[in-house]
Amino acid sequence: MCSRFPEHVAQIAGPYRRHACQALVAAVVGAILAGCERETRGFEHSLDAARIAPADDASTNARVAHDERNAYALAAGKRLWTWYNCAGCHAHGGGASGPALTNNVWVYGSDPAALYRSIADGRPNGMPAFGTRLSNDQIWQLSAYVRSLAAIAPQDAAPNRDDAFLTRTPESFMDPQPALGPVPSSSGSSR
Amino acid sequence: MSSRGRDRGRVGRGKGRSFDLNIALAKQASRAVVTACAMGLLLFAAMPVSSGTPTPGSSGEAAAHWPSPGRDAALTRFTPLADISPSNVASLKLMFTHSTGILRGHEAAPIVVGDTMYIVTPYPHRVEALDLTHAGRPRWRFDPQPDAYAQGVACCDVVNRGLAYANGKVFFNTLDNQTIALDAANGRELWRFRSGDVKAGETRTMAPLVVDGRVFIGNSGSAFGVRGWLAALDESNGKELWRAYSTGPDAEVLIGADYRPFYAKDRGTDLGVTSWPRDGWKIGGGTVWGWISYDPKLDLIYYGTSHPAPLNAAQRPGANRYTSGIFARDARTGMARWFYQLSPHDEFGYGAVNENVLVELEWGGRSRAVLLHPDQNGYVYVIDRASGEVLSAEAFAPINTSTGVDLSTGELRYAAAKQQRLGTVVRDICPGAAGAKSWQPSAYSPRTKLLYIPHQNLCQDQQVMQTSYIVGTPYLGSISQMKPGPGGARGRVTAWDPVAATARWTIDEDLPVWSGALATAGDIVFYGTLDGWFKAVDARDGRRLWQYRTSSGIVGQPVSYRGTDGKQYVAVLAGVGGWAGAVVAGELDVRDGSAAGGFAGALPDLKYRTVRGGMLYVFALP
Repeated sequence: MCSRFPEHVAQIAGPYRRHACQALVAAVVGAILAGCERETRGFEHSLDAARIAPADDASTNARVAHDERNAYALAAGKRLWTWYNCAGCHAHGGGASGPALTNNVWVYGSDPAALYRSIADGRPNGMPAFGTRLSNDQIWQLSAYVRSLAAIAPQDAAPNRDDAFLTRTPESFMDPQPALGPVPSSSGSSR
Repeated sequence: MSSRGRDRGRVGRGKGRSFDLNIALAKQASRAVVTACAMGLLLFAAMPVSSGTPTPGSSGEAAAHWPSPGRDAALTRFTPLADISPSNVASLKLMFTHSTGILRGHEAAPIVVGDTMYIVTPYPHRVEALDLTHAGRPRWRFDPQPDAYAQGVACCDVVNRGLAYANGKVFFNTLDNQTIALDAANGRELWRFRSGDVKAGETRTMAPLVVDGRVFIGNSGSAFGVRGWLAALDESNGKELWRAYSTGPDAEVLIGADYRPFYAKDRGTDLGVTSWPRDGWKIGGGTVWGWISYDPKLDLIYYGTSHPAPLNAAQRPGANRYTSGIFARDARTGMARWFYQLSPHDEFGYGAVNENVLVELEWGGRSRAVLLHPDQNGYVYVIDRASGEVLSAEAFAPINTSTGVDLSTGELRYAAAKQQRLGTVVRDICPGAAGAKSWQPSAYSPRTKLLYIPHQNLCQDQQVMQTSYIVGTPYLGSISQMKPGPGGARGRVTAWDPVAATARWTIDEDLPVWSGALATAGDIVFYGTLDGWFKAVDARDGRRLWQYRTSSGIVGQPVSYRGTDGKQYVAVLAGVGGWAGAVVAGELDVRDGSAAGGFAGALPDLKYRTVRGGMLYVFALP
């Protein structure tokens, strides 16, 4: 690769050409490795026999911090969102029979542990429990995806694009503001 | 009140709770310091409860009452009262209001018998009896305390479409799959019938029909893959007499020797199994959440079945019987007499649950007993009640999903351009999944011989994909986003002449008209809008005569009755919600056009035009 180093660069580098080449490669590899945190993948998705409830401890926090900045975890969460019929009740975040998840109103709290519990154990107003269908890892991925959808998680990692047509802004461009803004000038009058 | 009912109330499920306001007042009064005042209140409280007992006919004529949501078993929603007329309706005034205290969509009709009005709210279904001699002062309240879980699995807001009065009892359904009978005099619970599991996505939103000692009820939940059924309960004790499923083997659909459908396509053995992929009928929808009508001469009931599940039709090859069609059944045995499938292999989620209004028409020189059915697929069907023959099926709204109905075979001619293709967005499907018209019931005036149809003008973009059945979660496999239909007016009221098979007049509304219609012998039609306008128009030409702005969008059913003072009253519940109003009632985020099953795409402005909150409005001439 370094033998095909561009000629004008080679001229500038002169006798240090090979060293410069190696330095550049090292820099690029370093940059890639630094960015790889967003792309790391976990492959242990066993359905845990005894699911461990999230705790306010270092390992839970590290897990959440990783998933929310990890494109693979967010993409996996997005896939689960479709596979487990989340969209049937919550649409693509706007809500239907289930509440909207993008409007800054959180009935049971928006912290990762609360979302984990909502998904795993269900809620009494009609949220089904998915704890027997999803592994710990999957529940964390799904809750990370929900938080990214609601724009309350860091938005520097994005999931994959939608398989179907888009009915709202892409996740990483979602606006955290509440839905009800000023009255648009075009509405508000009766015919 | 029966001892059985009392035992139920105490031991029972510990669920029912009724609250006698007279007793409450007495308790309050006993603590009063001023003796005279207390004595006066006590005297009032001691007045026999029976003074509030509604006795049908007590105010003279049958015309005075409105005992069930459709007013009669033919579902005409027509009152013979004619005091309010085009010449005086402009002076219609508000007489009283009554807050229900509930924020979701109020789709129910207020029921009036004698001097009492009965109302039922959306979840949690508070039932109240209001004293019409005292401007709606509550006589009693009943709180059925339904399972909160039901809220999350009701596809299209936590609505209730009304209660029904018969023989001194009121009957209503709850979202958590109960049918409850109350003593109309005091609100005491008489019986409860429970069948269905909210954890499997099953709910109950329809208004029961009570005829000859039988209470007919059906279920909701096609969007969750719930298997549809209609059942008859014994009015006296709530025992299930029979149940007819919408899918499955003939023995469970109650198809036997008397089954004589008019069209060959609806004939065969176990079509409820063979028109599905293996076991698909068990999770195939066809729920019965609309209206039931009854013909006493033929002793037949008529009702429609909802759409098949899932919406991704590639997962259910076949005609998917007996979904998206109309059943005529023997009211005593439940055995099917005929069935007609309006939308076979329904790809658009239309279903056929809309009302079947029973009328007599002059047809081809003779009088025929027909049913009028304005369907979600956009056609008004005129069907012979005895035979199931379709006499006419003409479009009352813009349609591009089909090109017409073949009256010789009964087949709906689907348009290839709008059929589903896996992984492809099909744009501008008209009408969209909410149909050209949904649950909102039309009214028929025997004077003008017109059917007044409140409806919407919405299309949608849709994409279907493979989906898995997971019990208790939506079984759809579809993404959709609605948009205004041709012309841009999202709602319409159409006065349909069923003999000429054409619209006599139409009124364009900016928003979908999600309320019921009321027709009066004074030749006025009443309806409400999603932004809270209650309107009176001339039944003959649609001219607007009067309107009143209520506190919230109207998705209820207007009714009319004669008060004990001899005046004609008009009443309606305001309180935005239902599928169309869910964007407001559920505080949804309309930045996602697929929210509320795609309604957010068509109604991004609704939240700026109305707020939620249930309120009864009662009007009369001064």
